[in-house]
Amino acid sequence: MRRGTSPKAARVARGALLAATVLLHVVILAAPWVAPYDPAAQHRDVPFAPPTRLHFVDRVGRWHAQPFVCAIVHVPGTFFRYVEDCATTAPVRAFVRRQEPFGFTTREARHLFSADPPLDLFLFGTDEFGRDVFSRLLLGARVSLAMAIAAAGVALAIAVVTGAIAGYAGGFADTAISAGTELVLGLPWLYLLIAARAAMPLALPPPQAMAMIVILLGFLGWARPGRLVRATVAAARGREYVMAARTAGASTPRILIRHILPDVTAVVTVAGVVLVRQFVVAETTLSLFGLGVPEPVPSWGTMLAAAQRPRALTETWWLLAPVVGLIVVCMVYYALARVLRPDPLHNRP
Amino acid sequence: MRIGAFCVLLCLAGLAEQRTPAPAGGSARRGGQLVVAERSAPRSFNPVVITDNPSKTVLERINADLIHINRRTFKTEPALAASWTASRDGREYTLKLRPGLKFSDGHALTADDVVFTFQVYLDEKLAAPQRDLLVVAGKPIGVRKVDDLTIVVSLAEAYAVADRMFDGIAILPRHVLGAAYAAGTLAQQWTVATAPASIVGTGPFRVSEVVPGERVVLERNPHYWKRDGHGEALPYLDRLVLLTVPSTDAELLRFKAGELDVMSRPTAEQFESLTGGQYNTVDVGPGLEYNFLVFNLSDGAAGTPLARRQAWFGQEDFRRAMSAAIDRQAIVKLVYRGRAEPLWGPITGANAAWRNTSIPHPPRSVDRARQLLRQAGFTWRDDGTLLDRAGTQVEFNIIVSASRPERQQMATLIQSDLAEIGIRVTISPLEFGAFVDRLTRKRDFEACIHGIGSGDADPNSDVNVWLSSGNLHLWNPNAAKPPTPWEAQIDTLMRNQMSVRATGERKRMFNEVQALLAEHEPMIFLASPHILVAAKPTLGNFQPAVLPHYALWNVDELYWRAASRD
Repeated sequence: MRRGTSPKAARVARGALLAATVLLHVVILAAPWVAPYDPAAQHRDVPFAPPTRLHFVDRVGRWHAQPFVCAIVHVPGTFFRYVEDCATTAPVRAFVRRQEPFGFTTREARHLFSADPPLDLFLFGTDEFGRDVFSRLLLGARVSLAMAIAAAGVALAIAVVTGAIAGYAGGFADTAISAGTELVLGLPWLYLLIAARAAMPLALPPPQAMAMIVILLGFLGWARPGRLVRATVAAARGREYVMAARTAGASTPRILIRHILPDVTAVVTVAGVVLVRQFVVAETTLSLFGLGVPEPVPSWGTMLAAAQRPRALTETWWLLAPVVGLIVVCMVYYALARVLRPDPLHNRP
Repeated sequence: MRIGAFCVLLCLAGLAEQRTPAPAGGSARRGGQLVVAERSAPRSFNPVVITDNPSKTVLERINADLIHINRRTFKTEPALAASWTASRDGREYTLKLRPGLKFSDGHALTADDVVFTFQVYLDEKLAAPQRDLLVVAGKPIGVRKVDDLTIVVSLAEAYAVADRMFDGIAILPRHVLGAAYAAGTLAQQWTVATAPASIVGTGPFRVSEVVPGERVVLERNPHYWKRDGHGEALPYLDRLVLLTVPSTDAELLRFKAGELDVMSRPTAEQFESLTGGQYNTVDVGPGLEYNFLVFNLSDGAAGTPLARRQAWFGQEDFRRAMSAAIDRQAIVKLVYRGRAEPLWGPITGANAAWRNTSIPHPPRSVDRARQLLRQAGFTWRDDGTLLDRAGTQVEFNIIVSASRPERQQMATLIQSDLAEIGIRVTISPLEFGAFVDRLTRKRDFEACIHGIGSGDADPNSDVNVWLSSGNLHLWNPNAAKPPTPWEAQIDTLMRNQMSVRATGERKRMFNEVQALLAEHEPMIFLASPHILVAAKPTLGNFQPAVLPHYALWNVDELYWRAASRD
């Protein structure tokens, strides 16, 4: 926490941030339930529908505690222009069970909320195929975040191993690993990522494509945390308790794990949080260029790629919803990194 | 990229001021310049080496052919040749040149130049792209001079559309290129670095300035042979400027900013944003392009995963089921915003003369698709997944060119359509070069969505698609002999119609070809987009056509209405 902030305010901020983080991840984890639609389901009669308005006041001016939606109808003579027709309405219900197509039969599905059929509730509108943007945003977040977290795990694993060797062993190993780190840091990693992905087979089913992106991100993102780990380990090596352990005859692995790694944990946690934020953006960028997760799996990048149209801002602004999603995720992770940053005042002397 | 385009835009903002005033005493239509965009800069001005569209656009403005196909009527009309007659057996054509023809450098054009031209194009060492068009029944055509204005062209056997063969064959100046041809350096002539004055043609314009990667400026050819109805020399325009604008979005922005006079082929969405009276927008209707889904039926995949899938693709009922399950109306509506025509055969509504109107247009039917699959021995798991006889899950990959967003959208719709009958489809958008390589050379794909835009309305223009030995016979190209009886039948019909000269008889044969294609569905035809074009409303004689170049085909007749010319 910044010096000068009162401890109480800091506690509140920390609590709020924690709540926001938990909420964000719960929503994303529970996406299939929170999202009212299957993200791949195409509502072909209503492409580019604007976000459905939630109404609380009906035509005669009466208030309703339960929101309702109006039917939307095509403006004749246009393509994809709609107006509301509040002669037909349907209430929006929470905790719904409904039958959904499954193969050639149906099965029961539960959703957090939904409008009564046949009307639809597209909270963030629909895309060019009439797919619900809100559902795609949530499930896309799941894909993007899961991949980013997995990739951060890979990167941190590499960083801890290389950093610990370089920092503890010193000498030639340190020189070699540090040089490698500098090299990786010096590379324009986003371009390198795009080039590496483009060099690999394009025709991959979604799971393999995701695994490949995770590995690619992990192998390109370890350098900065690696350097941090190395510095922390090198500093700890000279501390009295480490020397004491060494004099007492403790083995190198024991010293590393018992005495040095606890110091590294804080560094690694912060680095991990920073990496997740970076990797979400990187994955979005890859998908934006068509190198990420293939259709119909939703991803923020592929959603934004579809929003690349001359008049997106004025005509189909709701397609830019992933931008808002990206900003929220980045801000939450940024704040998290600040909070988790080791406090110099409480650090070990 | 956008930023780059914007910089170019700023640099060229002064162009509009460069319009020259109409010469005093000239006709009311004479003068002004037309600024249009091309996706990339021309690579060459040499007809012997050009194959790309931007270069062709320039090439066709600075050159003329002997006999020309009218882009609106699809009929042949006299160009450099004022008239022609065929011998009784259809193997000899006598062409009469217009008297007094001159190249753009003022040098007279005679039969010697025509003979030289065909000698060049037919030279095997040069491998000019025109050569294939000038080979009939495996033998190159013979061209000989009778007198300065008369040429006789002889064919190995009667050829139904011999007169169409001359369209687009630019007549070359022997006095300029003769020495280079003799020295064997013809292919290196007329590059983008060549001095514009030495690039000589017979078209309405001639090259005046080349700024590589940025623009090509063409100026009026004062020696152009064509005149309008009042005897006035064409073209009306003084200059034609072709700017390099790398994306259609950038082209739209610059058209709206008034820097471009014509927006050639906007997408349906862009077109919609141009309608409303401010511009002259023309929906010409369907063009000749047909988009389709095709399965790889090539041999030589034995033992690979592809071979297992080919066991499905090879079954006609399987292909018919795919066709029945695909929602063509959704493609028309969602991909093209209604500005397209759903297709069940390769001949679009633009080509009424050759279309077989008795081919059925069955609407989408999941029930029919299921019935066909059941008939072919497929079954379904409880969750709706389609299984073949051996119990293997039916899934395949569709490749599509990443540079064609509309085909990617078609793929996404088809993916969802086929999911309804239990088939899992994956889509791989590939960079265009890699896509073509897999499709035509490596044959390393399962299914593909592609389109072919015929260059002519006549069935002969797509003969290499329908003949089983053709290199564009995309489901199984370059076959030594037809793999199925119906393909053999198509081969015979296509070969016969080439030599029959009675149009009614040719039409009957080609109708039969279309019926065979509809019955066996080697390609599943999807949709044909409308040709959309927009121009400034003051551009006179603007009559877009369904054949390329859609907007500039009659550039010699385009003019600025008086008020707009500055």
